[in-house]
Amino acid sequence: MIDLGPHAVFIVWAYIGVALGIFGLLAWTLMDARVTAARLAALEAQAPRRPDRGTQA
Amino acid sequence: MHDETTQRQNWWQRIAHPGQFVAWTTSLLWPLTVLTAALFALGLWFAFFNSPQDYQMGDTVRIMYVHVPNAWLSQFVYAVMTVSALGTLVWRHPMADVSMKAAAPLGALFTALALFTGALWGRPTWGTFWEWDGRMTSTLVLLLIYLGIIALWRAFDDQLRAARVVAVFTLVGAINIPIIKFSVDWWSTLHQPASVFRADGPTMPGSILTPLFVMFFAFTFLFLALHLKAMHTEVKRRRVMTLERRLAQGAQS
Repeated sequence: MIDLGPHAVFIVWAYIGVALGIFGLLAWTLMDARVTAARLAALEAQAPRRPDRGTQA
Repeated sequence: MHDETTQRQNWWQRIAHPGQFVAWTTSLLWPLTVLTAALFALGLWFAFFNSPQDYQMGDTVRIMYVHVPNAWLSQFVYAVMTVSALGTLVWRHPMADVSMKAAAPLGALFTALALFTGALWGRPTWGTFWEWDGRMTSTLVLLLIYLGIIALWRAFDDQLRAARVVAVFTLVGAINIPIIKFSVDWWSTLHQPASVFRADGPTMPGSILTPLFVMFFAFTFLFLALHLKAMHTEVKRRRVMTLERRLAQGAQS
């Protein structure tokens, strides 16, 4: 690792903060997608599915 | 001419259908993810191992490689939401409010990170974490606008009604974007004026511009990938709400 000089603490914390924010956002986005997909699958198993014209090529 | 018009209508119609939009754009997610990861790896290598100190700021210039992309995205995401708001109110495009809703939390986080990294850069450079100057205050206002928009979305059960209210609020809030951009020119601020996107070209050397641009594209592609994924989830969430309503009606009858 390079020497970041006398203000290293500010540089390191800036990158740690951004990394935490981005990984948190990634985790939240993926978790939300997974929970919603699971809920949709459960509901579609319960509800009779109507033909969806739009998803056909 | 006729074929071209037909093709354009088909394309417009196809992305207007939520199911088609998801089917069309799912294949973009992995390439975007790989490209984003590669750009971040390259950008971080440049930022820490292959870029010089600034002659005035020393090593703290390395904070710029995360601060500027987040600051750029804080405004770019709002611009995306503004276009989506027009899509909702003017063109009534079915995916416009999905885009608007999916973008808001992303914009809020990028704005919060811009403020956070700016404060950490400000302390060694200016001697203070915070100053109520034009650029910083208008960026804080942008964060509050994002939070207000997120709260508005959550306040309505009917998402189509929410979309119209949020679209109007978003368009009103868009006035803050030029204020952020030109605040450093209009007022004598602590924040430095634009040094990259200038009419007379960037004022920094290529050795600092290169990592900055790599990180700029890394963050931008990250937003595109996350926005797409969040839009897919929102489409599914609306299908969940429709099915829940249908099941509830079935249970009542």
